[in-house]
Amino acid sequence: MRHTLAVLVENQPGVLSHVSGLFSRRGYNIESLVVSETEDHTVSRITLVVEGDEQVIEQVTKQLNKQVEVIKVNDITNEEIVERQLLLLKVSADPADRQEIMQIVDIFRCRIVDIGRRSLVVEATGDEKKIQAIIKSLRPFGIQELVCTGSVAMLRGQK
Amino acid sequence: MVPGAEILIKCLEREGVEVIFGYPGGAALDIFDALQESSQIRNVLVRHEQGAAHAASGYARAKGTVGVCLATSGPGATNLVTGIATAYMDSIPIVAITGQVPTGMVGTDAFQEVDITGITDPITKHNYLVKDVRDIPRIVKEAFYIASSGRPGPVLIDIPKNISASKAEYQEYGELELRGYKPNLTGHNGQVKQVSRLIQKAKHPLICAGGGVISAGAAEELFELAEKSQIPVANTLMGLGSFPLDHPLALGVLGTYGLASANFAVHSCDVLIALGMRFDDRVTSSTEKFAPNARIIHIDIDAAEVGKNVRVDYPLVGDLKIVLNQINERVKEMQHPEWLEEIRQIKNKYPKRINRPESEVINTGEVMEYLNEYLPGNSIVTTDVGQHQMWAAQQLIFKNPRSFISSGGLGTMGYGIPAAVGAQVACPAATVVAITGDGSFQMGMSELGTALEQDLPLKILILNNQCLGMVKQLQDHYCEGRHVAVHFQKNPDFQHLARAYGALTLRVADRTELAQKVREFAEHPGLAVLEVIISSKDNVYPMVLTGSGINEMVGLG
Repeated sequence: MRHTLAVLVENQPGVLSHVSGLFSRRGYNIESLVVSETEDHTVSRITLVVEGDEQVIEQVTKQLNKQVEVIKVNDITNEEIVERQLLLLKVSADPADRQEIMQIVDIFRCRIVDIGRRSLVVEATGDEKKIQAIIKSLRPFGIQELVCTGSVAMLRGQK
Repeated sequence: MVPGAEILIKCLEREGVEVIFGYPGGAALDIFDALQESSQIRNVLVRHEQGAAHAASGYARAKGTVGVCLATSGPGATNLVTGIATAYMDSIPIVAITGQVPTGMVGTDAFQEVDITGITDPITKHNYLVKDVRDIPRIVKEAFYIASSGRPGPVLIDIPKNISASKAEYQEYGELELRGYKPNLTGHNGQVKQVSRLIQKAKHPLICAGGGVISAGAAEELFELAEKSQIPVANTLMGLGSFPLDHPLALGVLGTYGLASANFAVHSCDVLIALGMRFDDRVTSSTEKFAPNARIIHIDIDAAEVGKNVRVDYPLVGDLKIVLNQINERVKEMQHPEWLEEIRQIKNKYPKRINRPESEVINTGEVMEYLNEYLPGNSIVTTDVGQHQMWAAQQLIFKNPRSFISSGGLGTMGYGIPAAVGAQVACPAATVVAITGDGSFQMGMSELGTALEQDLPLKILILNNQCLGMVKQLQDHYCEGRHVAVHFQKNPDFQHLARAYGALTLRVADRTELAQKVREFAEHPGLAVLEVIISSKDNVYPMVLTGSGINEMVGLG
């Protein structure tokens, strides 16, 4: 099963390599990893999506906690979270297809951020499912280039 | 304003460091320069940086404090790596300090540059590349705290040459703020209650004591629990010395080369109390067949070890000294006459010494027996890795914590002699014996030079079977007896070699001379090397083959 871990770490050089090194040497699979600063400039947040059964995730969490620079590990998989990825996708767009592509873009509430002679660049944000759906819908037109971030996630505020 | 190197030495003094095992070089010039000024710290000049790391480890293990080694950049640093990895696997607190090329040249593949913090990332508890001279007090304080607290381990500090040369105000660092590092010391109360109840109810309880008992200084607490509750105690290799092996409840070492009594007890126990151990594969062999009838209690300071290798029914994370005290407060006196009788019978059925007096060739059991007889009570035994190590672990009667120093996790040949150097420096009054083989000896023998220079009265016992016996034994069992690259066609004359280092040299091939030679060796006041010629056919038994449970031993005899 996929787990999303929110890992707070000291904002210091080398921390990312410590964390990613830990995964490779212990044979854990990282599906995606995003690291960024937080509201506190001394703390960075790594959002990790990891595939593994309960035992693997328990080990991952414990091993992460052992790292001196890791301040807190939260498994937020089963929590109420907002999760987003950012997708940039360059799709082939002959004049005949443009209308249809633009309709798809509208339906998914994405944006066209660049227009070329034979292509469009589409920008989309959303959770994993939405991003996959967009890619699937645009694939028939011919995807020239695709880049997507990993997930960032945040617990929803208390209702 | 003083140079960074001087600040470093001041900080080391504040940590109580008395000895550094070091080897100099270009990038460490300033550090050695400042070290010379210290009246508190002396440098033991080793002969190879690997020896420095092993010696620091032997020192730490004998003394119970942090060991310190120091090397230059590049090859000096990489030569430390095996020693650091050895310390990491056995949870030994050492601080390794390395010189580095100046910060401006880092990343340019400069002369003697290597990314040692990158290289040692997987084998250190933590490491530092110092980028600002003013960080030295904080980093040194953190390094010693991290190395020695929680589950101990090695920490490396890499200091670029311009940092050790540049000047700053020396200012002692105040309180540490390590928000990501807070070892759990006290056991969870509810879990302590549960565990105590389970121990109280057990019919066939067994304690399995590992190296954690020694590093936590919890041997007394273990003794109290075992005696009060009449629970037999098996040891992992790393745990030898945590419980006196001449005690009726002692079962000795367990595992793939464990004693029959210990291995059978693990198989039959109904509650296994695992203390400060990590269920290494050399302890459990097949994990599915390990302690099949037991509910397992695992007490360890490292939460990540709980449930890592075997299923654990009752985890308890904390410092063993504290947790065992918590348990001892709750557990009442008990008797298990039937269980202890069962164990007594196994012990009688499988005595540990395999004696073959009809054979001309000296049996290693006899050698160990004479060591038990002639070594004084305050002796410290170090070993290398191989058959001699297992014979020592099976047959020597360890009674005190920190009296057995051996590379358990990494299995590093070449450990024994430098570790003995460290142990002897730590405990000048103790008799320090390095038990080694003709293979391992040749990996660590460069440190004889250190022993000579430092006037260390080490006792080095070479069990010479003219081969790499343990690998040969593996080839016997797993390669249908095809011996490849294990028989030395030519060995140096160890007597000549040892004499070159000023050692008393003794050699024995005849059983009738053995007792007297071992005695002379043990009682010699200076450096002594005893070479005992043994058969190249001898193997370590009992032995557990890959995939078997530890009760399924071969060579029970």
